[in-house]
Amino acid sequence: MPLRPVERAVAAVRPAIRIRELTKTFGDLVAVDHVSLDIVPGEFFMIVGPSGCGKTTLLRILAGLETATSGSIEIDVPAGSKRPDNSMVFQGDSIFPWMTVWQNASYGLRMRKVAAAQIKDVVGYYLDRTGLARFAHYYPHQLSGGMRQRVAIARAFANDPHILLMDEPFSALDAQNKLLLQEELLHIWEEHKKTVVFITHSVDEAVLLGDRVMVMTAQPGRLKQFVPIALERPRDIMELQGAPEYGELVHRIWSSLRDEVQRARELEERIGVKS
Amino acid sequence: MTAQSVTAPARRPRELSLRDRDRILSIASPIGLLLVWEIAARAGLIDTRFFPAPSSILSLLVQLLNLREAWAQPTLYKTWVALTSGELEMDTAASLQRLFWGTLFGGVPALVLGIAMGLSRTTRALVDPLIAATYPIPKSAILPLVLLIFGLGESSKIFMVAVGVFFPLAINATTGVREINKIYLDVGRNYKADRWNTFWTIALPGALPTIVTGFKLGVGIGLILIAIAEMNGAKNGLGFMIWSAWEIFAVEQMYVGLFMFGLIGITLTVALNELERIIIPWKTS
Repeated sequence: MPLRPVERAVAAVRPAIRIRELTKTFGDLVAVDHVSLDIVPGEFFMIVGPSGCGKTTLLRILAGLETATSGSIEIDVPAGSKRPDNSMVFQGDSIFPWMTVWQNASYGLRMRKVAAAQIKDVVGYYLDRTGLARFAHYYPHQLSGGMRQRVAIARAFANDPHILLMDEPFSALDAQNKLLLQEELLHIWEEHKKTVVFITHSVDEAVLLGDRVMVMTAQPGRLKQFVPIALERPRDIMELQGAPEYGELVHRIWSSLRDEVQRARELEERIGVKS
Repeated sequence: MTAQSVTAPARRPRELSLRDRDRILSIASPIGLLLVWEIAARAGLIDTRFFPAPSSILSLLVQLLNLREAWAQPTLYKTWVALTSGELEMDTAASLQRLFWGTLFGGVPALVLGIAMGLSRTTRALVDPLIAATYPIPKSAILPLVLLIFGLGESSKIFMVAVGVFFPLAINATTGVREINKIYLDVGRNYKADRWNTFWTIALPGALPTIVTGFKLGVGIGLILIAIAEMNGAKNGLGFMIWSAWEIFAVEQMYVGLFMFGLIGITLTVALNELERIIIPWKTS
């Protein structure tokens, strides 16, 4: 539902994503409970929360892979835009094993029937940026886990969406690779400053990458707190980790999150199911 | 005791790698068996009525293949004519043709139906009970019925092969599609793949390894069934050849038929493995 002209004039910055009273239930289980928030254009928005708090569900609703039980989501797409409104980087291996790196990275563009010459330019550019140009004709099984995830990132960026959705994209990687990919992601992101919604269970990652962090409560998933990350950009991850502000922010978010993680654990123990 | 220079016993360099050794052994064992068989047959240690000497089987093979006559022809064309008029070539060709058409007529519907069952819950609910009910029936048991319906001509044999290919392929295609990791379908939806592209870029390639396995199984069963089908009411083919050898007690001819079936089986296995390697380049092993 587009905003009425009056509202548009009133809003200081028209939000790229506007979520109102979003609720999603699976049977008796309330996954997302009346979440409302605005994400401004170009914001690197982080969501942290204990496992099972509905953060993935929220992202999947944004991605159009689930429908909300109630409430609304509006993604601001200029009229007549041919760009997709979102592209997702999934958790774990999501690139097609039967396609080469090139075929994977160009998937979104090919599905949208973009002209071949343009696909060549765009995909070539992002494979270059992710250091995969040499591996364009490799199949995923010939690549390491870190490289496969870089393909997934290239695929999302190459699709040129209005919003990038990332669901714990680095959670399966080892610490070193994770660090490298975080740096690379920041570099690529700096170029166009797309709106990003990024889920993580790592407080460090939230502070290193984000402009703002949303802490969610344990089930049912509610909005607990926003923590703005007023750290300068472009960021140097190594340098940042030594800065005092960094420690403070991590501490602040973690103390907010800690109770929720504790509560999620109690919930799990009581129900006796692992989520 | 005189002083001896103490040197470590020089280990002889390994002359053969283990791999080469395995390869030599794997060639040596069948040759060894044939040799023992030959000697035992000539020495009268085994009953040659049932186990004729390999050399006599080989000479019959050469005769049935029309090799001597073919060799004597002056032109390449005449050699070809002589070869194709060989008795064994004609029987082999008859069996291979039935195998081919049966595979085609059984395989195409199996693929279409199997994939449809994998993709559509409704189709699965409709067709699954039919397959579950008919699958356990031994395929050879329906031969009399098939002969009644299709008569003694080609169609009954082709149908038998088709039945053999159909089940494993249809079942594997369904399983293959259903077992595609859900994340790939999510990617397809998120990246706006339409139905056509979901099929061609996700469902089919995702299920392909399982489909090829089903196809290999099906062709194997097809080969069994063509042998059985040709033994009853056929006028040619390798199965017919083996059966008529029994009727006239031509044991060597029986062995020639068995040898040809073995050769076809091995060739098909090698060819299908190669085909698999080509159409599934992303397969890990």
